[in-house]
Amino acid sequence: MPNDRPAPLIELKAAGLYCAAGDFYVDPWKPVDRAVITHAHSDHSRWGNKHYLASRQSEGVMRSRLGDISLQTLDYSERLRIGEATVSLHPAGHVLGSAQVRIEVDGQVCVLSGDYKVQPDPTCAAFEVVPCHTFVTESTFGLPIYRWREESALMAEINAWWAMNAEAGRVSVIYAYAFGKAQRLLAGLNPSIGPIVCHGAVETLNDAYRACGVALPETRMVTDVTDKSALRRAMVIAPPSTQGSRWLNRFGEYSDAFASGWMQIRGARRRRALDRGFVLSDHADWPGLLSAIESTGASQVYVTHGYVEPLVRWLNEHGIDGRSFKTEFGDENDEAADGELAPSSAAGDPDGAPVAADDVIGKVVSGDSIDDSTEERGA
Amino acid sequence: MKAFAALYTELDSATSTQRKLAALGRYFAQAAPANAAWATYFLAGGKPRQSVKSSALRFAAAEAAAIPEWLFEECYDAVGDMAETIALLLPDASETSDIPLAECITTLILPLRLLPLEAQMAGLRTAWSRLDSASRFVFNKLITGSFRVGVSRLLVTQALAKLSEVDANIIAQRMMGYLASNAQPTADDYLKLTASHNAHEPDAQPFPFFLAQSLQSPPENSLGEATEWLVEWKWDGMRGQLVKRGGSAQLWSRGDELISERFPELMEMAAALPDGCVLDGEVIGWDSQSDAPLPFAKLQTRMARKKVGAKLMADVPIVFIAYDLLEYQGVDIRSETMATRRALLVGLVDAVNEPRLKLSAAIQVTSWAQLAEVRREARERGAEGLMLKRLDSAYGVGRTKRQTRGEWWKWKLDPMSVDAVLIYAQRGHGRRASLYTDYSFAVWDDNNPDSDERKLVPFAKAYSGLTDAEIREVDAFVRRNTLEKFGPVRTVKPELVMEIGFEGIQVSKRHKSGVAVRFPRILRVRNDKPMEEADTLESLKALAGVG
Repeated sequence: MPNDRPAPLIELKAAGLYCAAGDFYVDPWKPVDRAVITHAHSDHSRWGNKHYLASRQSEGVMRSRLGDISLQTLDYSERLRIGEATVSLHPAGHVLGSAQVRIEVDGQVCVLSGDYKVQPDPTCAAFEVVPCHTFVTESTFGLPIYRWREESALMAEINAWWAMNAEAGRVSVIYAYAFGKAQRLLAGLNPSIGPIVCHGAVETLNDAYRACGVALPETRMVTDVTDKSALRRAMVIAPPSTQGSRWLNRFGEYSDAFASGWMQIRGARRRRALDRGFVLSDHADWPGLLSAIESTGASQVYVTHGYVEPLVRWLNEHGIDGRSFKTEFGDENDEAADGELAPSSAAGDPDGAPVAADDVIGKVVSGDSIDDSTEERGA
Repeated sequence: MKAFAALYTELDSATSTQRKLAALGRYFAQAAPANAAWATYFLAGGKPRQSVKSSALRFAAAEAAAIPEWLFEECYDAVGDMAETIALLLPDASETSDIPLAECITTLILPLRLLPLEAQMAGLRTAWSRLDSASRFVFNKLITGSFRVGVSRLLVTQALAKLSEVDANIIAQRMMGYLASNAQPTADDYLKLTASHNAHEPDAQPFPFFLAQSLQSPPENSLGEATEWLVEWKWDGMRGQLVKRGGSAQLWSRGDELISERFPELMEMAAALPDGCVLDGEVIGWDSQSDAPLPFAKLQTRMARKKVGAKLMADVPIVFIAYDLLEYQGVDIRSETMATRRALLVGLVDAVNEPRLKLSAAIQVTSWAQLAEVRREARERGAEGLMLKRLDSAYGVGRTKRQTRGEWWKWKLDPMSVDAVLIYAQRGHGRRASLYTDYSFAVWDDNNPDSDERKLVPFAKAYSGLTDAEIREVDAFVRRNTLEKFGPVRTVKPELVMEIGFEGIQVSKRHKSGVAVRFPRILRVRNDKPMEEADTLESLKALAGVG
C-alpha cells in the first residue's frame, strides 16, 4: 500500500468487511458486536450479531426472519455517527429496504453497494448514485453476456404466456425467490387474466411489502381457494425449491417457468427441465455494473461475489484501480443464495420492540441529510 | 430463417416428444421445399464442413461486441456453447430481415469457406447485422455444427413420414446418404425424400443399420434358451455396409458417410460379390499371421486418410467381417429371419471365396453357462465381448427401445477398472454448461526417481457416467477445493477418488503415464476410499500386460 494513501475505510477480516474507524462490520458472515446490514437476504443478514443497523424498510423482513434482535433503523440518507465514521444508507434498488452503505471518515468516502440493480423496480426505491472514492461492488452477473431487456417487454411476455396457458386450461407456475423477485413479478402481472396464488413463503413476504406501502395485486394462498375450478386460469408463484415437489400436485396440469437472471443461459434452462425461463434479475447486468461504477466516480473499486476476476481485470484495463474482496456472499452459480428463505418459525414481532438507548449502534447526526454534503468526489 | 429459428426455440423448450413432433410437423407443413431440405439435414444430425474456423468466429465476435478476447473466453466458459455465447454478446441489430434458411446457408454461410480471413470476418459482420437475435443464434449454430436440440434423426423421419404419408422405414432408407458432410440438399432432394412411394427406387443407398442394446444382466435372466440365439464375437472395428448394385459397389459407414475410397482392398474384394447384394459387417484391421484383429488405433490411422498409400495398406491390412445379408439377388430380405439370412450369408461368403471377406463365426453353445465361459476368452481374442441375435428376428431399424423382448444384444466384457484421484476439472457444455463435469484422473507412481515420495500421474480424462445429483456434488467439491485456475481448467486438491472403467489399455509414448486407455468413463464415486488407497501406475501397466 503506497504511503500517500490514507488508511482504508474498509478491510477484509475473518468475520466480514470491517470499518475500523467505526468499529463495525457490514453484512458480516460471522457473529460480531455491530453489524450494518445492506439488505435482508440471508447471505447478507445473518443470525447472531449483537446489534444490527438497517434501513427502516428492512425492519419487517429482518424481524420476521431473525426474531427478536437488537435493531436500529435509519431512513435513506439519514446520517449516523459511529465512532469516527459517519454512516448513511442509500437505496440499492435490489429488494425492499436494500441499501448501499456510505461511510465517510475525514472527507474520504467509501460506499458498499451490497447487492444492487439499476433497472427500475416498482417494489423498491431506485438505485441512487452515491459519489465516492472507494466503491465496493457485487459482480453476480459480471460478464457481458448478461444484458437485461426492458422490464415492460419481459412482463408483457410473461403475461402473454400466462394468458395462453389460461386459455388452454393449464395452470401457470413461476418459480421465483420468495423475497424480492416474487413481489417484482406480482407487481407486473395482469390480474385480469386469472387468480394469483402464492406459496406460503412468498405470501409472508407479500405482507411485509404491503405493510411498507408497496402496491401488489390481490393474492391468495392455495388453502384460501374454495372453488378449485377457478385454479385452471391461475398463476402460481412459488419458491424454486417447490419444483418437482408434491406441493405442486394439487394444481393438476401446469406449465412451469423460472424467473432468474441465470435463465439467460440455455444450459441453465435445460438443466432445470423447464417449459420457460424468464430472464428477470434483481442484480445489475454488465452494462448496469459498469454504469454504476463509472457514475460513482470512484478511483478504487473492490469487487465482491460473482464474476470477480473478469470485472477486476476489465476495470484495471480501463484505468480504474480494481481489486477484490473474497466474501461469503452469494454463490457464483445461484441467484438462490439471494432468496431462499429458511422457514421462519421464530415469528418476530413486526412492529418491533423499542430499542434501548444504549443498544443503538450510533447516534443520528442532527440536521443535514447526506445529499447536501457530498461535495467531494473521487479524483 | 425466422420460422426455422422459432422452430429451434420451440424444440429447445419442449420437453415431451409429442410436442416436438407437433412442432416439426407445423414447420415442415409450411416450409418451402428448399428450406425444408436444409432443416431436415440439420435436425437429423447433418454437419457440413465448418466454413469458418472457430478462432475466426471468436475473433469476429469479440470485435463486434467490442470486448477483448480474454473476456470473450470468460463468457464462452460460462455459457459452454460458442453459438450462444456469440448471440448473447453481439450488440442489438438495428434493422433485421427474414432471409430464407436455404438462402442463408447457400449465400451467407457456405461461400465463407473459400474466402480469406478478412473477407470471412466481413461476411460474418454483414450476416449478423441482418439477423435478429434468435436467428443469429441459429445462424451461429449452423456454422459451428453442434445442433443439439433434442431431436433425433428418428424423430425427423417420423415427422416427415406423418406429413408425407410415406412409411417411416422408407423415409429412413431414402435418408441414407442425405446427411453426408459435403451434401447440399436441394428442394428436389427434399421432394424425393417425401415423394409417394414407387416400387422401383434404384439407388446405391444402404439400409438403416439395426443396432443392439446393451445387456445389463446375465442372459439367463431374460433371454430364454441359449439355443434360440445366434452368438458372435463383438469386434472393435467400424461397422459398415457393403452395397453391390448395378455392377458397382459402395462402402458406407454407420455415420452415413461413403468410405469406399479409404478401403480400396475392400472395393477390389467387392468386385467378386454377386450383383444385388448388401452386406452388413465390420471393417477391421486384421493380422493374417495370428488370425486376430489389429488394435483399433491401427484402423484409426487408415480412417485418418482419404487416399491411402501402398505402405499404409501393407501396414494395416483390412478385412470385412460379414455379419448379415440384407439384400440378396436384388431382393430386400430384411424381414426374413436371422436364421434364413445367416444360411444365405454362409453360402454367399463361401461362393465368393475371398480372403478379405470373412464370415463372422457363429459360436456354438448349448447353455448360457457355457457361453459365459466362452465370453472370458473375448479379451484374449481381441474382441469386445459377444453379440446375441435372436434366430427368429428380422433385421430392424435403429435401436428399438420399445421392444421389451429385445432381439439384438451386445454382451460386452466387464470393463477393466481402477480407482483414481480427481486432479483437474473443467466445465461442461450444453446442459452441463458452467458445471464442472469434465475431469482428469491420476494414479500413484511409486517409482519416483527424484524422491522417496510417491506422486500422482494423470492417465485419463472422463466425463460421463455420473447422475445429475452426483455431478452437482462433485461440482461443489471442485469449487470448494480449487487450488489454481488456468482458463477454464481448475486444479483440484487431490482427495476425491472415483472408479474409472475402460475397455482397453495400451502402452503409449504420447501419454505422460506411459499408457492410454480406451473409452474411459466414471463408474462411481468412491467417497469411502481415501486417496492413498487409489491404484498405482504399476497395477495399470499390469492390466496392459507390461511392467
